[in-house]
Amino acid sequence: MKTLVWVEHDGSAVKDATLAAVTAASKLGEVHLLVAGQGVDGVAKAAAQIAGVGKVHVADNAAFGHNLPENIAPLVAELMGSHDAFVAPATTTGKNIAPRVAALLDVMQISEILSVEDPKTFTRPIYAGNAIATVESSDAKLVLTVRGTAFEKAATSGGSGAVEAVSAGGDAGISSFVGAEIAKSERPELTSAKIIVSGGRALGSSEKYQEVIVPLADKLGAALGASRAAVDAGYVPNDYQVGQTGKIVAPEVYFAIGISGAIQHLAGMKDSKTIVAINKDEDAPIFQVADLGLVADLFNVVPELTAKI
Amino acid sequence: MKILVPVKRVLDYNVKPRVKADGTGVDLANVKMSMNPFDEIGVEEAIRLKEKGVATEIIAVSVGPAKAQETLRTALAMGADRAILVQTDDAVEPLGVAKILKAIADAEQPGLVILGKQAIDDDNNQTGQMLAALTGWAQGTFASAVNVEGDHVSVTREVDGGLETVKLKLPAIVTTDLRLNEPRYASLPNIMKAKSKPLDTKSPADYGVDTSPRVKTVKVSEPPVRSAGVKVADVDELVAKLKAMGVHS
Repeated sequence: MKTLVWVEHDGSAVKDATLAAVTAASKLGEVHLLVAGQGVDGVAKAAAQIAGVGKVHVADNAAFGHNLPENIAPLVAELMGSHDAFVAPATTTGKNIAPRVAALLDVMQISEILSVEDPKTFTRPIYAGNAIATVESSDAKLVLTVRGTAFEKAATSGGSGAVEAVSAGGDAGISSFVGAEIAKSERPELTSAKIIVSGGRALGSSEKYQEVIVPLADKLGAALGASRAAVDAGYVPNDYQVGQTGKIVAPEVYFAIGISGAIQHLAGMKDSKTIVAINKDEDAPIFQVADLGLVADLFNVVPELTAKI
Repeated sequence: MKILVPVKRVLDYNVKPRVKADGTGVDLANVKMSMNPFDEIGVEEAIRLKEKGVATEIIAVSVGPAKAQETLRTALAMGADRAILVQTDDAVEPLGVAKILKAIADAEQPGLVILGKQAIDDDNNQTGQMLAALTGWAQGTFASAVNVEGDHVSVTREVDGGLETVKLKLPAIVTTDLRLNEPRYASLPNIMKAKSKPLDTKSPADYGVDTSPRVKTVKVSEPPVRSAGVKVADVDELVAKLKAMGVHS
């Protein structure tokens, strides 16, 4: 089987979620990549180094500069004439593009796969991860999105893919990019961080989040997260949100501080290797999944933890 | 312009899903069912556009069993003008739903179709994007703000790491994210009024759509259970355990 993996990038580097998609695709067969964008020579060269990559298709065109699905999906659909599976990371970009490709090809997409059982059979979470479905596709071609935390990341070196320019596609003329507000941060990205420190509603305010959670994260070089309750209460911006409706994460260590452990939050972090919970309510559901639990007032113990660790 | 709002009847989001013992799916017998929360946000957004004078008519559509009528009545009670139930007892996949919606869009010629970004049962996150592909219209997914400006709509999208704004030519497809709005509750008088609003019942065959599944569910199982670990007595013990795992500054 020949697969085509969508390379998500920021114009200069390949994003981590792509590497998990490459691993998933390698379980199906030969791995080809698609790098689309404007001025993406550097990304294409980096992509060609990813271990196990056979070929890198490069579509360099201003119309592909902002990942507009109206322009990208027809390009992918055309390339799918010579590929058997389209594989994209289940990021907001991948989720935006892949179903549009699937419908153009008249196939059903299989979303957020967790494993490849055989080349037609996959597992995927349903009901926010409260159940796992094993599903089998009967379509001639596959369109898959891949949950990044479920697969190892492919190595970014050792490959020697052949880079090939693609001239297909252009501007469909129905959409344009206006602007973006992307939070700039020195911290690791939530979805690829090794350690995450998350705060919940028990913090009570944005000031307390800054005062209690941020110093611990700083000391550990960790990413910052939050429960939906804390986001809804306005303590932190929405892109901090971990959970069913936010980011799905699986770091080495996840600190849940002042987070009760609603189903919707657990759905986003329960695959973390080690979960540390600090909560003053000993009956909080978070303790049912925590490897290390400390029943205490977070305002007392988190500063102490920050000082001692 | 008209706005089409597809809505799905799903297991209520407050109910913990239980996997059936025979592994064929999640038990939906005798449990509370509600409108998919993301679809509720879609209905609310359509109503707000009507209140602003942008939209003239809101048509709610559901593809599902006879009971999906209740979901449509909820949309009507919130403020939709009329409803179409495409009745079927089969589970219709996003591609099938998108094909039915495409046929309805052809007939109704809406300016916008506002869908939830995903249904909280199958978590597919596909229908809006697929409908956009089939109609050839632009798509603004995961919307946190929607502004109609003349023959365009500008959509602010929640993307990884922040927000992004795109400008789309109308007609267009919008899918909702959580922060787009807070849906209203239907008032009792409006619930009563909704009972007399028009609701057409159709079948997938009326639209010439073959809804046979492309994906077979082999089995549905419980996720791996994570067991509770240990409770530590104080910060010193926690620090010692973390250091033993290699976690320190």
